[in-house]
Amino acid sequence: MEQIAMRFDNVGVTVAGNRLLTDVTGTVHKGRTVALIGPSGAGKSTLLSLCNLLRTPSAGSVYVEEKEVREWPVQALRQKVGMVFQTATMFPGTVEDNLAYGLRLHGQSLQNPEALLENVGLSTDLLHKPAAELSGGQKQRVALGRTLAMRPDILLLDEVTSALDIHAKHDVETTILDVRDRFKTTLFWVTHDLDQARRVADEVWFMAGGSVIEQGPATSLFEHPNTPELKAFLSEEEEETK
Amino acid sequence: MTFLSLSFTLLFVVVAMVLSLWLKLGVERDLVIASVRAVIQLLLIGYILKFVFASHTVLFILAMVALIVGVAAWNARSRAKTIPGVIWPILAGLVATEIATQAVLLGIGVIPFQARYIITISGMIVGNSMVAAGLLLNRLQREVTNGEAEITMVLALGGTPKQAIYPHIKQAIRAGMIPTIDSTKTTGLVQLPGMMTGQIIAGADPVQAVRYQLMILFCILAGSAITSIVIGFLTYPRLFTSYQQLIVPK
Repeated sequence: MEQIAMRFDNVGVTVAGNRLLTDVTGTVHKGRTVALIGPSGAGKSTLLSLCNLLRTPSAGSVYVEEKEVREWPVQALRQKVGMVFQTATMFPGTVEDNLAYGLRLHGQSLQNPEALLENVGLSTDLLHKPAAELSGGQKQRVALGRTLAMRPDILLLDEVTSALDIHAKHDVETTILDVRDRFKTTLFWVTHDLDQARRVADEVWFMAGGSVIEQGPATSLFEHPNTPELKAFLSEEEEETK
Repeated sequence: MTFLSLSFTLLFVVVAMVLSLWLKLGVERDLVIASVRAVIQLLLIGYILKFVFASHTVLFILAMVALIVGVAAWNARSRAKTIPGVIWPILAGLVATEIATQAVLLGIGVIPFQARYIITISGMIVGNSMVAAGLLLNRLQREVTNGEAEITMVLALGGTPKQAIYPHIKQAIRAGMIPTIDSTKTTGLVQLPGMMTGQIIAGADPVQAVRYQLMILFCILAGSAITSIVIGFLTYPRLFTSYQQLIVPK
C-alpha cells in the first residue's frame, strides 16, 4: 500500500469573512507529484501554505505523515516540508551564503556546496558570485538548492517557473524532476501552465472558488474532464494559447 | 515676565497666521488650536507643578511621573495602532528608561530626590524616548510590509520569528536612535538646548548650566537606546502568531 505524505480532511480557510478554501479533502502519496491547477484566486497557493503552517486552517485538518500540522514542532515541520516561491528572494551575500542560509538557521553548515549547486544544474563557478547578480532562472535554482539543502521529504512549489523565460523555465523544471527522481521527494506543485502540469504530474487537482472540483490521474483528467467547470477551464485555456 | 508682556509674544502667532492666509497655506486653524492648547496645557501644568513642588509628597511625584509615561506611551502607540497590544512594550520601554536613568542620577547623587528635579528631568527624558519609540514603530511596520517576502522565506526555511525579523528590528532600532544621536552631535553648534538656555536666562552660571545640559543629553541618549531596544525586542513577537506566521500590519 502506498504511504501517505499529506492528507487534507475537510479543510476550510476563512479570512475576515472571506472563504478562501472550502471543504478540501484529498491525499498526496509519498514520492508522487501532484499538480494544482485552476484560475487565479482559486485557493491553490492558500492550500499550499497550509502544508508548512504558513497559514492555519480555519476548519478541518491537514496531516503531514499522518500527524496534524499544528501538532508538529513548527521548525521540524518546515524542515520536512520545504517551499519554493514564485519570486526567488536572495539574501545579501554570495551564492554559497544563500545555499547555506537555511542550514545556518538551524546551526548547521553546508558540507558540499559544489555538489548542491550541480544538483540544481548550476556551474560551481557561480559559488562565490554575489547572489544579487544572478539571472532570474539562476536565482530560482539557487532558491531551490537552498530549500533542498534542508533535505525536505515534501517540496511545495508555488508557480516557481511562472516568472521565468521559456529556456529558464525548462531548465528549472528539469532540475526539479531530476531532484524528485533522485531523492524520491513528494512534490505539491501549483502551476498555471497546463502543459507543465501534463509533463510533470502523476495526479492533478483542479481548483476553483476555493474548492477542489476534480482530481485524478494527469492523463485521464486532461483527456476526459468530468465536471463542467474543468471542461470550461480547459477550453478557455486552450483558446488563450491559440 | 508678566502676563501682559507674555501676551505680546502672541504677535508672533498672528504674524504666522497672516503669512498662512496670504500664502493660502491653510494652517491658520491649526496655529490657533496649537497656541490655545499650549497655553492651557502649560498654564495647567505650571499650577500643578507649583502644588506638587510645595507638597513634598512622594506619591505626587510618582503620580506625575506615571502621568508623563502614560501620556507618552499613548502618544507613541498612535504610530502603531495596527500592532496588537503594542502599548505594553511601549510602556515597558519607557518605564525601563525612566527607572534606569533616574536610578543612576539619584544613585550617584547628581540630583536630589526632589519633585523639581525628578519631574522635569523625567519629562525631558521620556519626551525624547517617546519620539524614538514613535520612529522605531513607524519604521518597524514599514520594514515588515516591505520585507514580507524575505521574512516569510526565513520562516519557510524553518527559521524562528526572531531569526526572520532580526535584520528588520535592527534597522528599526537604528531609525529610532539616529535622530537623538545626530542632534547630540550638533548640540551647541546648531542649537543651544532648551534647558541650558532656560537656566542661563534665569541667571545661572553658564558652565554650571552646561554641566546640567550634558547630564540631560547623556540621559536622553541612553534613554533613546534603552527605549528602542526594549520596545523593538518586546514588540516583534506580537507580529507573529503562535504558529510562527507573520502578521503583516495593515
